[in-house]
Amino acid sequence: MYAAALQHIKPGDWLTLLLGSIFVVVLTLKLWSGDLADKALIRSGGKIFREVPLSRDQQIEVPGPLGISIITIQNRRARISSDPSPRQYCVRQGWLQQAGEIALCLPNQVSVELTGSRKKYDSLNY
Amino acid sequence: MTASTIKLNTTTEDHHIARMAAVALGLTILENAIPSPLPGVKPGLANIVTLIVLSRYGWRVAAWVSLLRVVAGSLLFGNFLTPGFFIGLSGAVCSLALLALSQHLPRRWFGPVTHSILAAFAHITGQMLVVYLWLIPHAGIAYLIPIFATTALLFGTVNGLIAARFMEETSTPSIPQLDKLPDNIPR
Repeated sequence: MYAAALQHIKPGDWLTLLLGSIFVVVLTLKLWSGDLADKALIRSGGKIFREVPLSRDQQIEVPGPLGISIITIQNRRARISSDPSPRQYCVRQGWLQQAGEIALCLPNQVSVELTGSRKKYDSLNY
Repeated sequence: MTASTIKLNTTTEDHHIARMAAVALGLTILENAIPSPLPGVKPGLANIVTLIVLSRYGWRVAAWVSLLRVVAGSLLFGNFLTPGFFIGLSGAVCSLALLALSQHLPRRWFGPVTHSILAAFAHITGQMLVVYLWLIPHAGIAYLIPIFATTALLFGTVNGLIAARFMEETSTPSIPQLDKLPDNIPR
């Protein structure tokens, strides 16, 4: 039965099958590699405040010594949208998308780190 | 009051297209009875008819059969002009566009299997475009693409093989005409 089916596949069809398979494998590796972050780790005062999935859009209020920082999660990205720190570095950093990216608001001791299934860096030094 | 009748002048080709679209429609209904693990993962059996028509009667007739099947199928299932209809229509239009190009590949080397695989990929691309641009504009649907691409490759190959097999067995007239059947067959 298999031999009967195979005789309908012409040489060009084998080529299409091969290229199609490579395409599917590359697509799967690229989209399922885990490079895209899937969780946001929110720290306050050095302790883990909350760990939230990026799949649900939401706003989280994190208290710090200066006041409240607001973290927005939208469309699988995260950012600090409001912070009482004087220089606003973490707010101006904008959207974080890749695993391993981090935004720090040192004066208010709040940070957001994106984590994926695989860690890109063991540690980051500033 | 007199009853008015509307008479459309139809050609033999129209009848032929209608007959083929009806066969495709039958396969669509059959396919809807098969449970699917994920919306969008379907064998696409009706495309076998499109492939056969494409190879025998050309792209224009294949486009008629395919689009008629989408519209008539949506009327049957009651989803005409719903999101599901536009997803299916976009898939059909994309695969017809790709078939318009791929039909010029040399026949000696490329058979229905190639056309079927290419059309399946184009179909899923058209569907995902509508889903992303209109229904779910969220990067999260990218996670589903590998599943759709894998099933497109698998079912594209299987449908292409069925079409090739069918065309080999009935290389002469596609549908047996009732009046041409031998007399000893009881009717």
